[in-house]
Amino acid sequence: MRMLAKMVWLEIKLFAREPLTLIFTLALPLLILMVLGGIFGGRPIQGGRYVGIRAMDYYLPGYVGLVLASIGTISLPVHLAGYRERGILRRFRASGMKESSMLASQTLVTIAIAIVGSMLLFALGAGAYGVHGPRSFGDFAVVFVISTFCFTSLGVLLASAMPTARAAQAVGLLIWFVMMFLSGTDGPLDLLPAGLLDVGKALPLYHVVIPMVDAWNGFGINVMQVGIVAAVGLAATAITLRVFRWE
Amino acid sequence: MTRASDSPSTEHTTSAAARAPHSELVVTCRGLRKVYRGVVAVESATFNVARGEIFGLLGPNGAGKTTTVECLQGLRRTDGGEARVLGLDPQRQARDLRRRIGCQLQQSALPDHIKVWEALDLFAALTPGGRDWRAVMEEWGLGDKRGARFHSLSGGQKQRLFVALAVVNEPELVFLDEMTTGLDPAARRDAWDLIREMREHGATVVLVTHFMEEAERLCDRVAIVDRGRVVATGSPQGLIAGYADGVRVAFTTDAPDVTWLATVPHVSSVERHALRVEIEGDGPVLAHVAAALLAHGIEPLDLHPETPSLEDVFLRITGHSLRDEPEPAQRTGRLSLGE
Repeated sequence: MRMLAKMVWLEIKLFAREPLTLIFTLALPLLILMVLGGIFGGRPIQGGRYVGIRAMDYYLPGYVGLVLASIGTISLPVHLAGYRERGILRRFRASGMKESSMLASQTLVTIAIAIVGSMLLFALGAGAYGVHGPRSFGDFAVVFVISTFCFTSLGVLLASAMPTARAAQAVGLLIWFVMMFLSGTDGPLDLLPAGLLDVGKALPLYHVVIPMVDAWNGFGINVMQVGIVAAVGLAATAITLRVFRWE
Repeated sequence: MTRASDSPSTEHTTSAAARAPHSELVVTCRGLRKVYRGVVAVESATFNVARGEIFGLLGPNGAGKTTTVECLQGLRRTDGGEARVLGLDPQRQARDLRRRIGCQLQQSALPDHIKVWEALDLFAALTPGGRDWRAVMEEWGLGDKRGARFHSLSGGQKQRLFVALAVVNEPELVFLDEMTTGLDPAARRDAWDLIREMREHGATVVLVTHFMEEAERLCDRVAIVDRGRVVATGSPQGLIAGYADGVRVAFTTDAPDVTWLATVPHVSSVERHALRVEIEGDGPVLAHVAAALLAHGIEPLDLHPETPSLEDVFLRITGHSLRDEPEPAQRTGRLSLGE
């Protein structure tokens, strides 16, 4: 336990010492929030499921999902693949670090960074656009934790599959941008043609955004979507435990 | 095992054991074998390491040294043979074993932004029950680098940190893999001092190296590894005496013809490379050569015997030089093994 705590704290410090990752992970969603806030502001949504909800109350919880996705598809895989590529994992393992400690610490670090990122987003949203807090904090916390688990698992899987940090970065960025455009976090989904919407539905962020928005705006826990998210996370973990390589 | 490997290794191991009858073996390795996707990395490694010694695995790149020590640390599965390290089976008791050994791995690193103290703190926590890492930090001269980040350290400082990390759990046995590769000569000498200090602190050291000089200077005993086999074991002096028994004498002269030297008693061969003359022979060959040169009116200023080295032993046993690159076919096979 002491070991795990040390590892988590160390990884958080290391993360904070990488200015580029820090900016990308924490500041980019803020920037996008400001752009979309500038476009849509507090205008209420005209039709559909979320009719009457102000645009920024819809986008903000979606961006929380976007932060989780950027950690899971970009920073975590680049970080871990880099560790493997440079022999850092090898070194840790030779000193007796367990696979489970390694993966658990990465999950906890992801949660910690995701919480910080989400709070920054909320602070900006509340300050600049009067976004309200989650209607049900409990519901939102459940969705948040399950979504974080899902993206961490996917991140570790991606790190295991990618031979180098560079490859992880290229693939991760691609996945992240596609998800950003097709998951309802960057303009209304109604505007997407059917084909692209199907692509979006095949990606995890789509299924994270819906329950995030639901829980934030008091629609309760969207069991089906959260179920999909949890299943993806479990599947990714199962595969990772088989394919994870220290070197 | 080949015949060449059998007779001398048995002979030298026995004599070492006879000198120290109470020596306890911390590593026993019998016919260790490792195959990667059909490529044999280690064909047969047999050697013992006694407590308190600095033991070297010496051989060219790709000989299978790294694979051998990785198997002994339980980092890789073996495909045959038997190994016991500190009485444990590295395959089945890897975790227990890793608490009691220390290591410095080839091609391993730390995160760029980790600070010296953080690395020591973390590795100390990985193996509880060891010493206070602060004392280790001071002992290995890292106190004033305490807050420095890994990437800002010089090659020698990184090496010292790796050594400190390797011993922070107070290991009984330390594996060092190509510790001085990439260091400049001064830093290499410092690293040698570190290795000697480690032994003075009571650890047994297994050193993997392809530097003949390093093995000769540091090791109490070495195993010579070539193409996945241990081809000889013994003390550097013993091996040199056993395999490179001839005496070599060299000097430079501008005298046009020195072929008559071949008729001097105790001389077996004469070779000339431009001004440099190299003579091989036995026994009192130096005195005879000196006398003959004087008699012919040649008074070289640099007439000297050349001490045979492990390099010569390696050449004698394997028929090729320690510095030879492996043959192309083998090279591709072996490079993928992480050596």
